Amino acid sequence: MTADRFDILKRTRVGIAGAGGLGSNCAIALARIGIGELVIVDFDRVEESNLNRQYYFTNQIGMKKVAALKENIGKVNPEVKVIAHEHMLDRDNLAGIFSGCDVIVEAFDLAESKEMIIETIQSQLPDTPLVIGLGVAGWGDNNTIRSRQIGNLYICGDEKSETSASLPPMAPRVGVVAHMQANQVVEIILGRMS
Amino acid sequence: MRITLNNRPEELSCPALTVAELLQVKKFSFKLLVIKINGKLVKKEEYGKATIRDGDDVSVLHLISGG
Repeated sequence: MTADRFDILKRTRVGIAGAGGLGSNCAIALARIGIGELVIVDFDRVEESNLNRQYYFTNQIGMKKVAALKENIGKVNPEVKVIAHEHMLDRDNLAGIFSGCDVIVEAFDLAESKEMIIETIQSQLPDTPLVIGLGVAGWGDNNTIRSRQIGNLYICGDEKSETSASLPPMAPRVGVVAHMQANQVVEIILGRMS
Repeated sequence: MRITLNNRPEELSCPALTVAELLQVKKFSFKLLVIKINGKLVKKEEYGKATIRDGDDVSVLHLISGG
């Protein structure tokens, strides 16, 4: 990568709402390429059942996810500044926590939370691009995973497979969408590859 | 009028309609939706008055869990 592009990435601040399957993998991908700052928000702790897809390790079970992810990012790229918030995000605190971010990544699990962040960010921070993950459950079916843009809302996923007992979220497919979100962030920051 | 609905051309017999009416006409029954007209978010409380007109590009996003 050219030095000027590296500099642009280093000056970039990305917000990540949720540090589960989408958020942890997306954060690590952005850390590896030298994003300057990551604002990561999650209220949860690492559980054994998370390890089928989330970027945590067995010795981190019981830790706050934001603390564990900060530790892991530090091992991948200690240059990245991680601002970790142990919070439950809601309509009242979202815009304050993420103001100043160049792009925000939605990495929640529940549909209700996805709806909340889209409505809140797109009305309170309408100029900040928002990259959401939508439809990640199950396995296989590679060619249904896609991305599209509606204004400055970017949607990554198949938009149809919802998690359930018979369709669990699993590392390969969740990872594809998490990396697609990271890839979309990079395209927003650096512009389209020519 | 002609609009674009989720990237597909759509012919409607009325000259204009509200978001709430469109949801009814198209039988969108999902409870978790995000709607944008020409890329701009329409808030829930505006569904009854936000109007869709000829040529508008309307996106209805169904939200589903997983992450």
